[in-house]
Amino acid sequence: MPAIPRTTVEEPLVHWPELGVCRVPYQVFMDQALYDLEQQRIFRGDAWHWVGLEAETPNAGDFKTNYIGDTPVVMIRDTQTMKVFVNRCAHRGATLCIDSRGNKSNFTCIYHNWSYDLDGNLQGVAFRHGVRGQGGLPPDFDFAAHHLHRLRVEVLNGLVFATFSAHVAPLRAWLGERMTQHIERLFCRPVRLLGSYTQYMHNNWKLYVENVKDAYHASLLHLFFTTFKLNRLSMEGAVDVSDSGGHHISWSKMASDESTGTEYEQGTLRAMQDDFRLADRRFLQTWTEFPDGVTHALQTVFPNFVVQQIQNSLALRLMVPKGVGACELQWLLFGYADDTPEQTERRLLQSNLIGPAGFVSMEDGVVGSFIQRAIARDADQAAVLEMGGRDIERRGSRVSEAAVRGFWQAYRTMMDL
Amino acid sequence: MTDHDDLVRRVERLIAAYIGCIDQDDLERWPTFFTEDGLYRITTRDNYERGMPASFFYCSGRGMLHDRVLALRRANIYEPHYYRHLVSGTHLVGQEPTGWRFHTNFQVIRTMKTGEMTVFAVGLFNDLIVTSETQALFKEKTVVCDSSRVDTLLVIPI
Repeated sequence: MPAIPRTTVEEPLVHWPELGVCRVPYQVFMDQALYDLEQQRIFRGDAWHWVGLEAETPNAGDFKTNYIGDTPVVMIRDTQTMKVFVNRCAHRGATLCIDSRGNKSNFTCIYHNWSYDLDGNLQGVAFRHGVRGQGGLPPDFDFAAHHLHRLRVEVLNGLVFATFSAHVAPLRAWLGERMTQHIERLFCRPVRLLGSYTQYMHNNWKLYVENVKDAYHASLLHLFFTTFKLNRLSMEGAVDVSDSGGHHISWSKMASDESTGTEYEQGTLRAMQDDFRLADRRFLQTWTEFPDGVTHALQTVFPNFVVQQIQNSLALRLMVPKGVGACELQWLLFGYADDTPEQTERRLLQSNLIGPAGFVSMEDGVVGSFIQRAIARDADQAAVLEMGGRDIERRGSRVSEAAVRGFWQAYRTMMDL
Repeated sequence: MTDHDDLVRRVERLIAAYIGCIDQDDLERWPTFFTEDGLYRITTRDNYERGMPASFFYCSGRGMLHDRVLALRRANIYEPHYYRHLVSGTHLVGQEPTGWRFHTNFQVIRTMKTGEMTVFAVGLFNDLIVTSETQALFKEKTVVCDSSRVDTLLVIPI
């Protein structure tokens, strides 16, 4: 009997609920086919991806490795300009830079010593002419055709972005004016790197991206401020979402806590008797460092990059997918080159608030896995996102999931779902 | 017994009591192992070797140590788990103007209530220790983790 021809009508990968971006089918957090499509359409698609800071590679030949999605890349300073390549030899595919950072005058693959200049051009092949006339490359081997995979690179105030796309708009246009200005605001002068660490999470990468964009959970999941009755007088704040939906800024202006030094000196012992007061409020001793008075600003750049100002704790975060059910969050902490020792000390004390051990962020490391394990067999059910409405308009209130909806709008557009 | 041996034994006893305090979940006593102005940091080997100050915990003074414990008891949300510290190789590195510099290897195995066990952290205690007739205390304790990566979160001190 002849085989029945396969239907030409393909099932969509996801049946997205009719309510649109105020519903998120759980399938998107656990489907390998979608994960593979994300790598193609988002991480290798029409988007810019942050790779590093120029300040991480101050000298010619300094490099740093990183990931764009699953793809390993290397960022290197070639005299003055920043270059980004796929971290892979064009010969047999071996990893080119094994160290996470260092300095190179050229790239030489450890496997067969094929070497490339800092522009990625193949310069040398070991035993190219063979040995005593035997072996070696064919005479017509085209060196120019075997170069490293170069990515498009743009630098915005020291932040190095790269893309696989030949079509995506220039970086500033892709970010839009508001998002560009916010990066320029924080990177207004040379930075001083304070260090880095990573945090491994047992959940799909997008659950963390949702978490960062969700200003609604901040005072509910993170009980630190409310438990200790810390002053959280919110003078002003908003959630701004880009037109695409993909980027956002959640910002607020809070009363600063300049007086805490004296309180600490006078009240330490008494406070330590009181279960609901901190003994030492230097964790929260801040200063207003931006003329606009904004004390807290979390910015996300689609798909997985975060620019953080939590009072004087400044950091960049990159969420790297590690398969469908795991991800790794990179944290890069910084201050400014002209910080006084006292300012650096305050930034370090405030860094107790952030990171995997952060008073107001450690819960973000586990809440995604609480979702991941609870939805395991319910791919066809959906999360609800209706706080602050059903659209992605700007909200004067931070009790809103508008930026999360914005992410899903941009995601669906790029994924064509 | 030499003075050196006596000093090393006192420090070994201090570290044994310190890890016992954490592993037995007697964290309210944890700040008492430090001087009043003691500096406690948990950082990565990578940051440490590059001279970068960023840390997971950065607490100066017993008040901040007390607040760390208060926060984990009262405010922070995490899945219950235990640590078991294994330490070895405590040795005197040198004498500094403010105390004795000691190094000790540590390993922390984390056991979740589900039974899942993980090597959570491995590294070096880099300690500056002051001694008096009656006690030995940490003036500085820098916990240098070999790995730069924390699994999920870090709430209990090391």
